[in-house]
Amino acid sequence: MKNLRKVTLLFSALLMIFFLGACGKKDKAANIAQRTEQTKTVTWGVKADTRLFGLMNIKTGQIEGFDVDMAKTLTKKMYGKDAKVKLVQTTAKTKIPLLKNQNIDAVIAAMTITPERRKIVEFSQPYFAAGQSLLVPENSTVKNVHDLNKKGMVVLAVKGTTAVANIHKFAPKAKVLEFDDYGQAFTALKSGQGQAMSTDNGILAGIASENPGYQVVGGNFTNEPYGIAVDKGQTQMMKRIDKALDELKADGTYDKLIQKWFGNVKGFDAKGAGER
Amino acid sequence: MSTFEQAYSWINLRFLLEGLWVTLEVSVISIVLSFIIGLVLGVIRYVKIKYLSAAVGFLIDIIRNLPLLLIIFFTYFGLPELGLRMTPMLAAVTALVVFESAMLAEIVRSGIQAVPVGQMEGARSSGLTYVQAMWHIIMPQALQKMIPPLVSQFISLVKDTSLATIIVLPELLYHAQIIYSQNTTYMVPMYLMIAVMYFVVCYCLSLVARRLEKRYG
Amino acid sequence: MIHILSENWQTFLTGFENTILCSVIALFFSLIIGSIFAILQTVPSKLVRTIANIYIEIFRNIPLLVITMVFYVVVPQFFIKLSGFTAGTIGLTLYTSAFIAETVRAGIKAVGVGQMEGARANGLTYWQTMRYIILPQAFKLVIPPLGNQFINLIKNSSVLAFVAGFDLMYQGDVIASASFETINTYLVVGVFYLILTLPLSYYMRYLEKKLA
Repeated sequence: MKNLRKVTLLFSALLMIFFLGACGKKDKAANIAQRTEQTKTVTWGVKADTRLFGLMNIKTGQIEGFDVDMAKTLTKKMYGKDAKVKLVQTTAKTKIPLLKNQNIDAVIAAMTITPERRKIVEFSQPYFAAGQSLLVPENSTVKNVHDLNKKGMVVLAVKGTTAVANIHKFAPKAKVLEFDDYGQAFTALKSGQGQAMSTDNGILAGIASENPGYQVVGGNFTNEPYGIAVDKGQTQMMKRIDKALDELKADGTYDKLIQKWFGNVKGFDAKGAGER
Repeated sequence: MSTFEQAYSWINLRFLLEGLWVTLEVSVISIVLSFIIGLVLGVIRYVKIKYLSAAVGFLIDIIRNLPLLLIIFFTYFGLPELGLRMTPMLAAVTALVVFESAMLAEIVRSGIQAVPVGQMEGARSSGLTYVQAMWHIIMPQALQKMIPPLVSQFISLVKDTSLATIIVLPELLYHAQIIYSQNTTYMVPMYLMIAVMYFVVCYCLSLVARRLEKRYG
Repeated sequence: MIHILSENWQTFLTGFENTILCSVIALFFSLIIGSIFAILQTVPSKLVRTIANIYIEIFRNIPLLVITMVFYVVVPQFFIKLSGFTAGTIGLTLYTSAFIAETVRAGIKAVGVGQMEGARANGLTYWQTMRYIILPQAFKLVIPPLGNQFINLIKNSSVLAFVAGFDLMYQGDVIASASFETINTYLVVGVFYLILTLPLSYYMRYLEKKLA
């Protein structure tokens, strides 16, 4: 019933807005630092489909991963033990709009800090030193990106990522096959369509942890630092997150989390992934 | 075959059923609300109240001729710009109700129009008021004629809930995507299973429609 | 609204062209496939009728988005790679063909058995009767509902946005997420769709009145 009343109300509002829409003005952005401090609740946008960072556990219905644990510990660091954490599932498409319209307070979702994104959101200091790396079968002769720089080598990558351009740069003689998502690229690796798959090390580590017989090799040959994002102008909130992040790094909690999620992944340099 | 067995583990199936439940929930709420609103709008459009009917008609024509996906985007990503924030659930229901009411209003209007004019005249001359005639004589007949297009519109609505996966509504398609993001080999079994689930729901609806048609048609 | 349009004119135009292209291709093929299945539903052989029925029920009762995703992510794993535009157009074609089949079948039914019997009695074969007597009349009857299917098809082509098909909806979404002028961008996108659908819709209503 509550929903029903809300919907009818919204419906009538929507009809009016549809025609007056263009002339509406934006509501003033609230101060998120103040709001979250009062309610002792931080709403984080996280991924639900990326292994090791944020992945829905089908059994429990909870989202689990490094990003999720970071969100929880950061919130406790900022507002004390009884502070509440709300997790909202986001996708590449929804995370920035949700941040802009204040449905979520901050995003921690395997998001690379880029100059373009800096124009529209505020980024924290890097919290994960992602970088492009290689995934190969365990018996492969490929040990690093230079081994791929031969005629006849085929590298599998995902369309529209920086990975494609980077392979052309670091191994100009190799051919790159582009796929639409990580699943397809990995399926191609399994069926022998290429010698290696290349993208961010964290994502490759997630695939390796789930598929015995494959490992991450060669370390990172590019830097793709992940950052926490808040809406442009929420500098007070950003400062608070940065400070909490410093404290986590100082008291060893951060290292523990890195070890917990990345320590046992074969061929993955967990120490190198930590940002200090 | 073992991939299929693993993919259809009870835990995964339960997760899919949770998604199906959200799909059904959103569908039922949207069907009920849009049917009521569509009925009212359709009648307003039919009876020709000065200005009001024309305005309603124009609005219906606009909404009917836009893609539902655009209305969903507008509701979820656009309205917050005006300070109207909502959950994916509320946004999905709102967008579906707006779009489907307009579609249903058109069905209602043509249903009423299909009732011969003589019926109204006859009812009025035997002493009924306009409203009484509308309610007791015209509408029951019009509703009979409307059953097939109404139900196929309801079926469309159930299928259209899948579009809300883009605003992260935890419905059937989204839950399937979450499952195969855990293990990409589940992709084929998952699409197969949700296709079956949607099919069963929609096909049952169309069987109900056929039943109703036989009984009242 | 105007500045969104002028700054992104080329992007909108590409999207508009792709939406039209995809709609026209899908309309063409779904008309052919739909008509074939409509005819198959009326042939004497029960087996053929059942097969046609199964095809129609499957594509009518599964969401377009699911069909499209199958062509986008599942088919390439086993057969050939399909671009978003191709996968979307194929999905749209198959989905719409089921609805067109139903519409055309209703038309064939409305023309009536009497016509068929008369023509057969005059020595025409089943297919000749279909081709020269029944179908021309049936199509005339179903032009308005077919028009409505075409309008639905144009609206449904927005599903290409899910598979990076570079249609109007996709381009609009790109502009909206870059500029954050969500409402204005979506209003422009809406106007573009209305340019295609509204005149068609009014013309179909006019035809309906004229034929009634």
